[in-house]
Amino acid sequence: MKFIIATILTILLSFIAGLYLPWWGFAIAAFIVGLLVHQRAGRSFLTGFTSLFILWLVLAWWQSSANDNILAGKIAKLLGIGNNATLLIIITAFIAALVAGFAAMSGSFLRSKPIGK
Amino acid sequence: MRIVPFIVSTIITTTLVWALNKPWGEKVPMPLGKFLSPQHGFWQNAEDVNHNFSASLNFTDLKGKVDVYFDDRLVPHVFASEEDDLYFVQGYLHAKFRLFQMDLQTKVAEGRASEIAGEKAIPMDRESRRGGMRHAAENALKGMEKDPQAKAYYTAYTKGINAYINSLKENEIPLEYKILNFKPEAWTNLRTALLLKMMAKMLAWGTESDLAATNARNVFTDEQMKALYPEVHDSLMPIIPKGTVFDKPGIVPVKPAIADSVYFRQQKTIAATENFKPDIDNGSNNWVVAGSKTQSGAPILSNDPHLELSLPSIWYEMQLTTPRHNVYGVTLPGSPFIIIGFNDSIAWGVTNAQRDVKDFYEITFKDSQKKEYQYNGEWKPTTRIIEEIKVKGKPSVYDTVIYTHYGPVMFDKSYTNGLTADKNLAVRWVGYEPGNDGKAFHQLNHAENYEQYVRAISNMICPAQNFVFASKSGDIAIWQQGLFPARWEGQGLYTMPGNDSSFEWQGFIPQNENPHALNPARGFLESANQRPVDATYPYFIPGSYMTPRGIAVEHFLNNMSGITPQDMMALQNNYFNVTAQDIVPFFLKYVDEYRLNANAKKYLDELKGWDYFATPTTKGQTIYQTWFDSLKVALWYDELEQIKVAAPVPDEQTTIEMLLRDTTALVYINNVNTPETETLADILVSSLNKAADYLSVKDKEGKLEWAAFKNPTVYHLLKTALMPFARTGLKVGGANNIINAIKHSHGPSWRMVAQMGSQTEAYGVYPGGQSGNPGSKFYDNFIDTWAKGEYYTLWVMKAAEATDKKVKWTINFSK
Repeated sequence: MKFIIATILTILLSFIAGLYLPWWGFAIAAFIVGLLVHQRAGRSFLTGFTSLFILWLVLAWWQSSANDNILAGKIAKLLGIGNNATLLIIITAFIAALVAGFAAMSGSFLRSKPIGK
Repeated sequence: MRIVPFIVSTIITTTLVWALNKPWGEKVPMPLGKFLSPQHGFWQNAEDVNHNFSASLNFTDLKGKVDVYFDDRLVPHVFASEEDDLYFVQGYLHAKFRLFQMDLQTKVAEGRASEIAGEKAIPMDRESRRGGMRHAAENALKGMEKDPQAKAYYTAYTKGINAYINSLKENEIPLEYKILNFKPEAWTNLRTALLLKMMAKMLAWGTESDLAATNARNVFTDEQMKALYPEVHDSLMPIIPKGTVFDKPGIVPVKPAIADSVYFRQQKTIAATENFKPDIDNGSNNWVVAGSKTQSGAPILSNDPHLELSLPSIWYEMQLTTPRHNVYGVTLPGSPFIIIGFNDSIAWGVTNAQRDVKDFYEITFKDSQKKEYQYNGEWKPTTRIIEEIKVKGKPSVYDTVIYTHYGPVMFDKSYTNGLTADKNLAVRWVGYEPGNDGKAFHQLNHAENYEQYVRAISNMICPAQNFVFASKSGDIAIWQQGLFPARWEGQGLYTMPGNDSSFEWQGFIPQNENPHALNPARGFLESANQRPVDATYPYFIPGSYMTPRGIAVEHFLNNMSGITPQDMMALQNNYFNVTAQDIVPFFLKYVDEYRLNANAKKYLDELKGWDYFATPTTKGQTIYQTWFDSLKVALWYDELEQIKVAAPVPDEQTTIEMLLRDTTALVYINNVNTPETETLADILVSSLNKAADYLSVKDKEGKLEWAAFKNPTVYHLLKTALMPFARTGLKVGGANNIINAIKHSHGPSWRMVAQMGSQTEAYGVYPGGQSGNPGSKFYDNFIDTWAKGEYYTLWVMKAAEATDKKVKWTINFSK
């Protein structure tokens, strides 16, 4: 349950951060959620990772399909992965997911008690 | 709190963000995190295929209302009540659809490419700075702003561009900015002037070969020079019909007494060459047929300017109307007005004049300080500009450019491209003259008859153009218009002494003596970058003329009657190779077939069956072109190599005429590098054998058919850096000597046919699309139509048609 709440919260906050902050605004969002909704480090990482993977995947996919993947195909070629819009969407999502995972985990570590206490 | 894991995890997070927030060199010039962000990066430029372009916008700079109706091709039909407002909206739309292009082109024109491209662009920037491009634009701006009305229009246009730039949110900036990681820069009237100078440089800077010719001059005799670089080709079909009687010249320039000793007999070679000279084939076709030759009885005007083909296209299509005028055609993003088009009374089109309007003067400085230079036995002061070239990711580079009264000293010890160049060469260029070339187009947009057309184009200084004209009242006309120095015979072919005023340009040819023709009896006029007049014109007019297309156009128009717009479209797409028709039978006659190798024999047989049409699927054009190129090398290169420095290669037409005359050419047939004396048959055999080796390689790759061989391509403006944004392998034929002059990446950049009857009937197409955004379906949607030789019907919308179903989107601008 906590995982689901944390994930939804991260997605919402990250989306809002994306409207007002630079691209890395979601890292702050994930960090804050990691700090406030306390979970173990591994779980926090997974929360951040999953949230941003979903958010960026959906956003990129949404925009790209409205565009008939015209641009994604070209950019994929430009970045050397062939005319493969789907792969580019996955890479996009993965990059944000990775950053968000570590950001959320940092938040979690800041909150959690040292081992043995 | 777990301090160590926290620190480690935070460091990993921030390192990731840092790494994704910085560019990684040539291959990945963009910060990847930002670039891939769906809310910031390139995904934002992936335009919805059903995007709604409609909007309602308010700007305090507007005086009244402006309504813009977009049709299904995204062509805006602009209705303004005030003309200032019209250009405000034109600027806004140019920026909305073509901002990166305008920004890039004017920066390159100004010598600021290194700010975007980094240190590899420094040589190009130095060349622009030393060539005085900003100096030229500043001079032009003075001319543009002297006229209060013109100033108001240019200013409104600039404000429109900036209104769009200021409204841009960071996530909305055009894709190329995101890739190259820089930001749009505010527009100024100077940048409009720079854009026009970019065109001037493209069309009227490289039309001389003074430096290379000076080298050739030192090696060849007078007779050889005349034979190799003739002023008038035998086969010339001039723009102004032969037999036209010219007025007595209003100015007769005097050859300096010492010209024969110090000018025509120069001893030292130059060894300087220009690295970034524009494509010599920047040319065009235009023609107009009178009502006497058309089916409808109304004149038909046709124009196809041949330029570097690029995405976004150099052209942007528009209809501009106020209660006082209504004009349709193509515009140049970066400049107001319609450049090629028609209004309710007239139509006009342009081709390049190809005249030489640029000379080099050799400067003698008093000392290494270069503060004074010798002129008529005295010392004249120089001025200097210290040019700072800002370089992306690197410290600025500085270059000092010395200005004389001629113009900038482009070449000196610090800027040479050769071995022995110790000369200081100043440039004198018509493009430096102050003027308001844009006014020619503004007045053409409004012109209603022949007199107003002549008055309009008289504003054109540089680049000089052949303005073809047709009116609904039935007149057809052509003028070669620009500002041209009145030269004495031979003046400016080579570098001239800069210390003697008798070598200066002594004046300009009076405007009314520029070559022109009105309503000729034969019922048509044409221009295709050939020499405008035959040898009876009373001025010496060197240039980089192209003869063959003019011959082909004359040939076809002469034989046509009852012409329809469809006939004119077919002619624009005509693939007939008039040059090949002249020379191939000659090749076939003189080549010794039994001495050819097996491959060569095979290709010769193929060539024998060729009908001289350079279609996409023909092999004949490929074989002919390769053979002829190989022959040119055999004919000229050993001779030119003797000079040891760059000299111009005689053009194709000259080569052919020499061969057909079969006299002087034979001197060059003998390869000076071999002991035997070669004959014409020898050289035809050896050149075809050599060509066959290359052709068989191409054959094996499946690239012997003409389109496959030349791989017609429309590159993005950033060329090979952005290949996914290019369109390659287009199935089109043609060549530079052919009416449909498509080369690898150069050719008809806009095709227009306008029949000026009571109801205008017009067609057009360009190889691109209205949107500059590679993420838009309107980015390249005209290319296939263009490649097929098809056209769009141009819709001249009336204000009352706002509810017509052809209107797809509307933008309402108001105060």
